[in-house]
Amino acid sequence: MSAVDVTLNFDQILSSAREVYGAELRKMADEGLDFAFVCADNVAKSSTTGKFMEAYPERCVNVGIAEANQVGVAAGLALSGKVVFAQVFGPFLPLRAADQIHTDIAYNDLPVRLIGTHAGVTSGGGPTHNVIADLAFYRAVPNLTIVSPADANQCARVVRESMDYPGPMIIRIARGAEPDVYADNNYEFKIGKAITINEGKDLTLIGTGSSVHWCLMAAKELEKSGIHARVIDMHTIKPFDKEAVLNAARETGCVVTVEDHSVNGGLGGQVAEIIAESGIPAKFKRLGLPDEFAILGDVPEVYKYYGLYPVGIANSVRELLKK
Amino acid sequence: MTTTLPRNYTIQDLEDKAVDIRKNLCTFIYRIGVAGHLGGELSMVDMAVALYYKYMNFDPKNPKDPNRDRLILSKGHCGEVLYTIFQDLGMYSFDYMVDHFESLDTYVFGMHPNRKKVPGIEASTGSLGHGMSLATGLALGARMAKENWRTYCIIGDGELHEGSNWEAFMTAGHYQLGNLVAIIDKNGLAMTGTIDEINTLDPLDEKMKAFGWDVIEIDGNNMSEVCKALESLPPSDSQIRRRPICIISNTVKGKGVDFMENVVGWHAGQLNEEKWKEALESIEKTRKVR
Repeated sequence: MSAVDVTLNFDQILSSAREVYGAELRKMADEGLDFAFVCADNVAKSSTTGKFMEAYPERCVNVGIAEANQVGVAAGLALSGKVVFAQVFGPFLPLRAADQIHTDIAYNDLPVRLIGTHAGVTSGGGPTHNVIADLAFYRAVPNLTIVSPADANQCARVVRESMDYPGPMIIRIARGAEPDVYADNNYEFKIGKAITINEGKDLTLIGTGSSVHWCLMAAKELEKSGIHARVIDMHTIKPFDKEAVLNAARETGCVVTVEDHSVNGGLGGQVAEIIAESGIPAKFKRLGLPDEFAILGDVPEVYKYYGLYPVGIANSVRELLKK
Repeated sequence: MTTTLPRNYTIQDLEDKAVDIRKNLCTFIYRIGVAGHLGGELSMVDMAVALYYKYMNFDPKNPKDPNRDRLILSKGHCGEVLYTIFQDLGMYSFDYMVDHFESLDTYVFGMHPNRKKVPGIEASTGSLGHGMSLATGLALGARMAKENWRTYCIIGDGELHEGSNWEAFMTAGHYQLGNLVAIIDKNGLAMTGTIDEINTLDPLDEKMKAFGWDVIEIDGNNMSEVCKALESLPPSDSQIRRRPICIISNTVKGKGVDFMENVVGWHAGQLNEEKWKEALESIEKTRKVR
């Protein structure tokens, strides 16, 4: 089923991006890489990142629950010449620290990697803790690189590769453990270059972050009805791989975006803009969280309620193809 | 110290320099023909002159010297003071500064400073309430790197209504950043009225002390007091944990220009030829006859 050189993981092997990237930070520090880390009372002492902080206290700063200050301090550390990682609690990165992201990080063009946790509704706890509008904001901020890794291991790769990447970066990850998309790290990964993880002629499913695995499983579901879906891991939202979208529209004639974000302004909005401006005739649908504050419930049930699960996505695809 | 600046400026020299800078600033605003934030710029001139000409390790020929002291202008709308000082220090000509002010694709200078355009500007500022976090990060960075340059941050008093300042004050106090100096240009006025009528800050000294800072309070338009305060700073040692220092610099908004002093309406404004000449005359009158 896979036409590209990746080994996919169809089993529900779960890994936490926070745990895996924390371990990577520790490795990087052990190897002698020079960087600073800033948190805002949001790193558990028992986590891998917490243990990294314990091992390297002199390069870590905890500012307490003050995300605006956290991002500003991270910018100041970068002004002193450091590459800086900052783990920021979900919604309080794009919402509380919006001005600091825009002005201190992006306008000043500093090598700060803001790791925003609890993407989408993975936090539970209701709309105050959901992250549904961040991509819409980040996309409009110049200088930002926005990466939304498909799984925990990819996140660790992004963290390591970001040491040599110019300018500021947002790394968007879910709250806890999510299914691995890739069985190993033996695949080509380049920030800004989408990965076609499954080849298909009937339509293209484009996912980012956690939704890549949903797309993969939806493609498997669609195979049952003889529908062959191309699946794209759009791990980088900016700079965006337009060619991957144009090829998908041209070659499969139908594009469906799936994201753990509002349908407004995120991955779906970006793909819609590219297709509309290209003049390529293609069926198109955005799947994601609707324009409302999400209902409360057990997190998997909330996603199911909004059709963001393999069978729900497959059903939406079938309806679109019928039109 | 790698600076090439003459460090033997006397208080009288600095007073004269402040007069020159105030006049150059008004001439700059007149020549660019757009509104400048003259009120808050004129209030902070004495402090900026003392820092850049005498007390900061700043080399205009090598503004990226890794050992330099850093100054974050949190009240970024007053960037023209720094441009004017850098010009006077020989970093570029006056005409260059005028010709490259908000001049579309050749722009270097703007109402708010851009660190990527203007050498000597440490951070692009303009959104109020950001400088203290940046300065705190810089001071922490110096500690991590075991370097002893000092970080200064100039903040407006109206700006202190932004809560992020207090988050940063708390952090700097907690980490005991003795290599950090906050200078509050306390001119008592904001954009639409006095600080007291808008949102009271006093007792500012007690607030700063409660946040873990040592406080020095001075008349910030009196060069002797400015110099005494800056000379009293202990050596910047990033490894020593002690309370950061806040200089509350009591100033007069619009200082030196009689028709601007303490006038809320001169928060920002343009100068026509008549007002420009009037401003220069007024500033020149403040020059002490020796």
